[in-house]
Amino acid sequence: MVEVMRQEVLALEGRRRLYTGLSLALLLAVVLSGYSEASALNSGGFLQGLSKFFDYPAQIVMQAWDQGWAFWALFPKFLPALIETLNIAAVATLIGAVFAMILSLLSSRNLEVPPAVIPVVRRIMDIMRAFPELIIALFLIFVLGASPVPAAIAVAFHTSGALGKLFSEVNENIDVKPLEGLKAVGGNWLQRVRFGVIPQVLPNYSSYFLLRFEINVRASAILGFVGAGGIGTELSRAIGWGAGSETAALFLMLFLSIVAIDQLSSYLRRHFVGADNFS
Amino acid sequence: MAVISDQGAAVMAEPVRISVKKASAVPMLLLAGVVLYLFYAWTAFDITALLARAQLSKGALLISDAVAYKTHVTKNFRRGDFEVAIEGERHATFKTLPDWVTGDASKFTVDLGEGYVVRVEDKSLAFEVPDYGIIRSKLVDGKIVTQVPDGPVPEWLKIRDVKFEARPTFSRRVQFTRAKLEIHKFQFGWENFWFPFTSELHGKSFGELVSLATSDDRLNLDQANWQYILSSFWGNPEWQHGHVAVALFETILMAVLGTVTAAFCGLPLAFVAASNFNPNSTVRFVVRRVFDFVRGIDMLIWSLIFIRAFGLGPLTGSLAIAFTDTGSLGKLFSEALENIDRKQVEGVGATGANRWQRYRFGVIPQILPVFTSQFLYYVESNTRSATVIGALGAGGIGLVLVETMRTSRDWENTFYIISLIIVMVFMMDGASSWLRRKLIAGGESR
Repeated sequence: MVEVMRQEVLALEGRRRLYTGLSLALLLAVVLSGYSEASALNSGGFLQGLSKFFDYPAQIVMQAWDQGWAFWALFPKFLPALIETLNIAAVATLIGAVFAMILSLLSSRNLEVPPAVIPVVRRIMDIMRAFPELIIALFLIFVLGASPVPAAIAVAFHTSGALGKLFSEVNENIDVKPLEGLKAVGGNWLQRVRFGVIPQVLPNYSSYFLLRFEINVRASAILGFVGAGGIGTELSRAIGWGAGSETAALFLMLFLSIVAIDQLSSYLRRHFVGADNFS
Repeated sequence: MAVISDQGAAVMAEPVRISVKKASAVPMLLLAGVVLYLFYAWTAFDITALLARAQLSKGALLISDAVAYKTHVTKNFRRGDFEVAIEGERHATFKTLPDWVTGDASKFTVDLGEGYVVRVEDKSLAFEVPDYGIIRSKLVDGKIVTQVPDGPVPEWLKIRDVKFEARPTFSRRVQFTRAKLEIHKFQFGWENFWFPFTSELHGKSFGELVSLATSDDRLNLDQANWQYILSSFWGNPEWQHGHVAVALFETILMAVLGTVTAAFCGLPLAFVAASNFNPNSTVRFVVRRVFDFVRGIDMLIWSLIFIRAFGLGPLTGSLAIAFTDTGSLGKLFSEALENIDRKQVEGVGATGANRWQRYRFGVIPQILPVFTSQFLYYVESNTRSATVIGALGAGGIGLVLVETMRTSRDWENTFYIISLIIVMVFMMDGASSWLRRKLIAGGESR
């Protein structure tokens, strides 16, 4: 009897291994054929490109080196552009967070919102999250002209959806006892949210807010490339003109500011949610 | 519990009020700071000037152009000819006049529907507008002389010596200058979407196409009819369905390949970066800094460097995504590895398993849910990223979008590509959340 069961388990195990092996092989085949297909569709091949991979970075570094001390003078020159990019990200994250907060309060099951509202608000957030920023930015640049505002609006739109989903998950995990207490003393819905929900969710909100700000700095730098201003616009101009040392300076500034913001935000987030809950 | 008298409650309420006030002070200060900052941003972005410059009409034009097309009836006075063409393009000129235009170059009538009729004779026109009357305009000695019915001149009518323009409704427009006379009729829809105007398939109904596809009477001697119909659609020069489909495929390829590569490079590195798997703190430190470095460089810079090395195309985009996300996924995986339950690994070890077996059966099952859900989440978000870095020059649908926006006079192409991108992103979103639900049963309930 035991022997029969053992045989059965071994057979099952063998089949499972076969399936795992087959699916891994399939995945490998898909990746390899995908790369060869991608390489075929590319205007330059992989192998020719590989030798040239360091050419461009080396070239701009050399040009920057030739500049000597003058290279460092480029940093103050591009500082306003960097600040503009940071402003786009900050404004977009702030406005996005406000909308996200409203949307999330309307889509949490435990906050006594009319049940019909919840799925509607959730679908709205899904759509806002999925809508590519690039398209909104390009449309608004066409209507409003090249300026940071289209980028800020586009990023804020996406942020509202993305943060809204995370915020509503935070809302649903709160302790409802303070809410019941506030209801018992006659607090209305807004008062219950203000004194019962906000104090509980604020640390997590802040953490997600900072994480989103990090992401939005990158997004607004990229949108600069399509004419939204800031460091992206400067970068696309410098690359277009083949100004190697300026490109190197802009790359370096972007890299350093992203790393600095990452570090600062993870320090602050650790502070808000405590090292134990930090992820 | 003792009963508290009213007086006692009042005494207790006072400290509560004070502490609530104190607790509110910090958020209030923060709020004030945010408002001040937004005020600063208002001036920094110069929103006042922007609002003054904004051309909202451009947006309206864009949207109307995206869903409608116009047919031009043009009479050229210098050449003395007249033609009917879609969007005024030469290659889309009607050989036989549509039924709403009758006559010839010297005298013709255009019926714009609902009682709006334009009659043109030599260098004069009579525009019949219901509920208003007949507007007569003609070219005399190089000047346009217009007669309108009595009463105030409506807003849609612009009368000058050099140009006459009337647009009583959105879909009807008449322009008259010294050089030419043009009548525009707007129709809802996308013109020539299925087949090029010059193709004999243009304007055929679906039923006609089906019967053509199954008939043996070949339109093109080299191909069977159904092949001919498909290739005419696929190669439609104006809409470029084939080209757009390849670009969409390229974008999805970029996202999937890039993320797969990132996941498979990130996983082994994550083991090296996790403190409970690698006791060597120097190596750990180095690998973590590598993660931070590739992540910090950002997809934007990676794609610019790769475009220089590998040219335009999906390979460039895949590599840019792979490099950036090796950092992000590696970091996430190493955090997941540090949080695993030791006991399972020990249990597997107690049965005599070696190092690899312990990893395979003690560790991998624990991080698989995190691995899968993060992988799917990154595929989903990289579809959007691939569109964006495509627009920077990596290729794919993003580049097609930017190119059509820059070159196209007709916005319906742009609108078509935008719709396709949105459909693609939604489908990837749906597929990823469906897979997440399937693979991680009891994980995320939504």
